[in-house]
Amino acid sequence: MAQLLCKNLMLGYENNILVRDLSFEVNQGDYLCIVGENGSGKSTLMRTILRLQPPMGGEIAFGDGMRPNEIGYLPQQTVVQKDFPASVREIVLSGCQGHSSGSFFYSKEEKQLAAEHMERLGIAELSGRCYRELSGGQQQRVLLARALCATGKLLLLDEPVSGLDPKVTMEMYHLIKGLNDQGISIIMISHDIQAAVKYASHILHIDADIFYGTKKQYLASPVGKRYIGEEGGEEK
Amino acid sequence: MTEWMDKLTLYFSYPFVRYACIVGVLIALCSSLLGVTLVLKRFSFIGDGLSHVAFGAIAVASVVNLSNDMALVLPVTIVCAVLLLRTGQNAKIKGDAAIAMISVGSLAIGYLLMNLFSTSSNLSGDVCSTLFGSTSILTLTRTEVWLSAVLSVIVVAAFVVFYHKIFAVTFDENFARAVGTKVNVYNLLIAVIVAVIIVLAMNLVGSLLISALVIFPALSAMRVFKSFLSVTVCSAALSVFCAFIGILISILAGTPVGSTIVAIDLAAFFVFAWIGRMGGRA
Repeated sequence: MAQLLCKNLMLGYENNILVRDLSFEVNQGDYLCIVGENGSGKSTLMRTILRLQPPMGGEIAFGDGMRPNEIGYLPQQTVVQKDFPASVREIVLSGCQGHSSGSFFYSKEEKQLAAEHMERLGIAELSGRCYRELSGGQQQRVLLARALCATGKLLLLDEPVSGLDPKVTMEMYHLIKGLNDQGISIIMISHDIQAAVKYASHILHIDADIFYGTKKQYLASPVGKRYIGEEGGEEK
Repeated sequence: MTEWMDKLTLYFSYPFVRYACIVGVLIALCSSLLGVTLVLKRFSFIGDGLSHVAFGAIAVASVVNLSNDMALVLPVTIVCAVLLLRTGQNAKIKGDAAIAMISVGSLAIGYLLMNLFSTSSNLSGDVCSTLFGSTSILTLTRTEVWLSAVLSVIVVAAFVVFYHKIFAVTFDENFARAVGTKVNVYNLLIAVIVAVIIVLAMNLVGSLLISALVIFPALSAMRVFKSFLSVTVCSAALSVFCAFIGILISILAGTPVGSTIVAIDLAAFFVFAWIGRMGGRA
């Protein structure tokens, strides 16, 4: 069974339905990019997958040994975090909070895990530094390390490169691809259609008509052709 | 110097001075602990709002002649704290507006009730001491001291036990919720603790100056320290230090306790801001 299976989802809030009849699945090792215009329901879909809000219809199922709280979530930065006095180690460690160890304090293993993930993302030497003094790229790595502490299986990234400069953006994409190659499934919400078709294995396009399929199918589909054509046109 | 020491020794031989000192330090400790969380959650003014609610409740209690006004004040304040902190994203009236509304509303109602029904001959004196806490800390009974001590121990213990959860909920509520932390429960816990602290602190500085006690140590510590743990520890230590010095000065110089403590907190803030700037440049 797939790690994450969404069937006939209906998304929205109050009386405002944004998306109808949305079905897709994520299998282990998939790299799914969710693209679409602003306001199309990408963020609502993400909040629904994370169970921050209930779906208006349809169902979300977890399988393949996944538990619903095992999604490693990389949120967009909030205003509060911009001047939050916290060290890198404290933030990464807070990714372990979902482990059902029953204790209110972090165990040695969890501290070890946090240290490993900081090492893995090349931020080990920053562990005592203050989060608000880091560069945008470093901050994203910190939040990514935190997300890895919460999961070994599935990362959900909400526009992980927004606000980063081109060089750091490339590094971030390589980092994510590297994690994907190590067997972690990726769901990424993105505005960057070029990067999406470069790295993703599957594309979910949310718009008036919904497209879900492999990258190849997407490139051949009318909606994909139109969208990539438009984006290309804008860049010229 | 010896003259001062003699004066202090004399004053400390009175139990009510010792009580005031113990309660003052305990309250300073408790109020500073959650200050960091409240400042970062953009709830700096909740102390002010809730203390006005407590003021209103005290007015009601005195009008209906309740012998133990804590029995009314504490539950009312807790309910308001829960409402204010829980409204979150779905509220029709948001954060600061809700606080302003509740705060000004209960202040006005409280004063109105006191004015209409008060039996005391010195109304403005009563109001002044409730607002600024000028004397009440010196009239504490043994029971009240014990009550404050027990409540402070509970607050500190709860904070230590839930420290990591409070950090997680403060830093990133959505992430915490996504990995299965019961965010609502912890927000509720924070609200209840805040309410308890405010009702306690009213005895010390009165309702107007509670915000200062909650936010100044946190803001000062945030100028200099870089991690959540060091900021929390520093603000607790700073708050206790300022409260103690403030009480000593108010004894020696005969100044109002609450205002003196806040003045010292303010001075400490400027010192820390200066240290922070120096450290930032170096």
